[in-house]
Amino acid sequence: MRFVDEYRDAGEARRLAARIRELCEPGRRYTFMEVCGGHTHTIYKHGLEDHLPESVSLVHGPGCPVCVIPMGRVDDAIAIAREPGVIMTSFGDMMRVPGGQGSFFDAKAAGADIRMVYSPLDALKIARQNPERTVVFMAIGFETTAPSTAMTVLRAAAEGIGNFAVFCNHVTIIPAIKAILDSPDLRLDGFIGPGHVSTVIGCRPYSFIARDYGKPLVCAGFEPLDVLQSVYLLLRQLAEGRAEVENQYTRVVPWDGNQRALSAISQVMELRPHFEWRGLGFIAHSALRMREAYAAYDAETRFPVPGVRVADPKACQCGEVLKGVLKPWECKVFGTACTPETPIGTCMVSSEGACAAYYNFGRFTRRREPVPLALGPRP
Amino acid sequence: MSDRTVHTAEWAERALAEAAHHEPASREEQVLERIERARRRRPKITEERVTLAHGAGGKASRTLIEAVFVEAFRNPVLQPLDDGATLDLGTGRLVFTTDAYVVSPLFFPGGDIGDLAVNGTVNDLAVCGARPMYLSAAFVLEEGFPLADLRRITASMADAAERAGVKVVTGDTKVVQRGKADGCYVTTAGVGALERPVTLGESQVRPGDAVIVSGPIGEHGITVLIARGDLDIEADLTSDTAPLHDAVAALLDAVPVRMMRDATRGGVATVLNEVARGAGVAVTVDERALPVRPIVSGACELLGLDPLYVACEGRFVAVVDGDHAEAAVTALRRHPVGEGAAVVGRIEPGPPGMVLLNTAFGGTRIVDLLVGDPLPRIC
Repeated sequence: MRFVDEYRDAGEARRLAARIRELCEPGRRYTFMEVCGGHTHTIYKHGLEDHLPESVSLVHGPGCPVCVIPMGRVDDAIAIAREPGVIMTSFGDMMRVPGGQGSFFDAKAAGADIRMVYSPLDALKIARQNPERTVVFMAIGFETTAPSTAMTVLRAAAEGIGNFAVFCNHVTIIPAIKAILDSPDLRLDGFIGPGHVSTVIGCRPYSFIARDYGKPLVCAGFEPLDVLQSVYLLLRQLAEGRAEVENQYTRVVPWDGNQRALSAISQVMELRPHFEWRGLGFIAHSALRMREAYAAYDAETRFPVPGVRVADPKACQCGEVLKGVLKPWECKVFGTACTPETPIGTCMVSSEGACAAYYNFGRFTRRREPVPLALGPRP
Repeated sequence: MSDRTVHTAEWAERALAEAAHHEPASREEQVLERIERARRRRPKITEERVTLAHGAGGKASRTLIEAVFVEAFRNPVLQPLDDGATLDLGTGRLVFTTDAYVVSPLFFPGGDIGDLAVNGTVNDLAVCGARPMYLSAAFVLEEGFPLADLRRITASMADAAERAGVKVVTGDTKVVQRGKADGCYVTTAGVGALERPVTLGESQVRPGDAVIVSGPIGEHGITVLIARGDLDIEADLTSDTAPLHDAVAALLDAVPVRMMRDATRGGVATVLNEVARGAGVAVTVDERALPVRPIVSGACELLGLDPLYVACEGRFVAVVDGDHAEAAVTALRRHPVGEGAAVVGRIEPGPPGMVLLNTAFGGTRIVDLLVGDPLPRIC
């Protein structure tokens, strides 16, 4: 596949890995956090850690949109889905996330009309096709997905579609990174910055990480060579005693972000005073809600929402995993009580969740040498 | 500096650092062993209702089958849970199988529910080593279903039966009220004669065997997904639905075959996991050797799916004697359905029950069973 295979070339990876090894000081250990769940997925899907020296470890950050949704918000969404006449729509990843009383899949099996969509515009299409019903879109994600939600609301308003509403759970990345930097139990040497979020917000908002905390950050693309090159760039900064924000993903990320996307967000949404993150607790100014002017499209205004806070299960250590303090396998219930079939925590649900990625892809990898096969040609 | 001249405190510090460095690895292995034990436990069904995941062919389906159906019908013929049951009648051996078809849309590029219902059952018989002979067909029709559509379906069933050399010799029809079914469901059962003196099954698989896929994977699943029209994607792609009996017979004539299975729901990954678990071996797959057409891998990239888990309706996985791998591929490639056949992997002694993928990027990862349908990723 053109424009994809070039970024997955094993030969190039080996060359880059050799340069990475040269940059590592003997006896020194390096810990980098990949902020975004998309990177976690890439790292495991392609077996990227097999190219890294033992002294470099990657820890997984809070950037999995599904993982950070607290249980109470899932219950709220299900309560909305159960309202008469409502069609709830959601991204596929969200379907299996457990709330206090089951997941979307469970609610669907019990009779709620919950449909999977690929884009909020698909939800709007369903609203157009079902004028007698109210279609609610379960909006989740960071600044990556917030613009498409905002644009959809603007389009609904322009077309005068009244039977559409958004249950807004959009979150913002910077406060989460700040919470992690302020967390006393974590020592990081640098960040692999979230590429997709950065296409919207640009690289500038990360400058405080380098300036105030002295940590390098490299905005990275999502192909495995992108991630590997970002590790190289981070190590080079450390070797040269620099702490800067660098942009590895220049083919997509503009330094100043996407102003149109940002203005769409700020036209429709505003910062919440605080929002609960699964495992991380309440973080001030870390999420978005619908502006008063768009209250007609706000599911939280249109429907009674229980808003009951549900404490994470005691055994669940998602918070520690999301902060990168624990590796997935270090969680008490990982793989035994908490599995992809019966997830206790959100990290085990999404394919971007650190635990699910590690469970599904990662176990056993570093312990084995790849076995070469004698193979016939491809068709 | 030699070890002897190192100051004691420095030595102790280094030993401690080394211990800290090594201990997690062994701890990780302990955790992984605990997980493997948990994975081997008898599955318990936790849901109170059937969810869509129970029908997707992954872990949830397996749990439902073992916890409900095997529990109720337990007997030695059922127990291997193969694609069909082998019946010894004293005068000869028969293979008997049944399958229900509920595809939506009923008509898609390259086929419809009719040829799917014939080919699917023919293929289940074929991969058990039998010559498909007779089928039954039962129809559940929704009130209001157009007769023209029904004629179209039965005509394509008749064509498919002729191509496969089988006769539809008995059947049944039920009509349910409008809204109680999705147009038309078809159930076929089939019998075939097991004329070859071969024993096929997971118990025959041993380390050193080769794993073969009969052609490019994932085409049926992606075709149907696109034909549903929810995605606003167009692709020049048709379903791979086809009868496999000729290609299977050619393979059985050519080389010592250990087992075969058609890769329907859950795709090739699910079949490989069944092999690994059933035979207590590891399956190592080379990503570069997997036959995937660029159009399928492109669609999968866009949709966040993995072609390994996407359904095929005219492809099978065969495990053959490792010394005869090339001969097996040559034999398959003589048939139109086997033109794209390839050796994709190898059976290894361990770790038992695991499917491992050597990625094109030069890493290794696990290919596990999915819980339910592959869920598209958010971003």
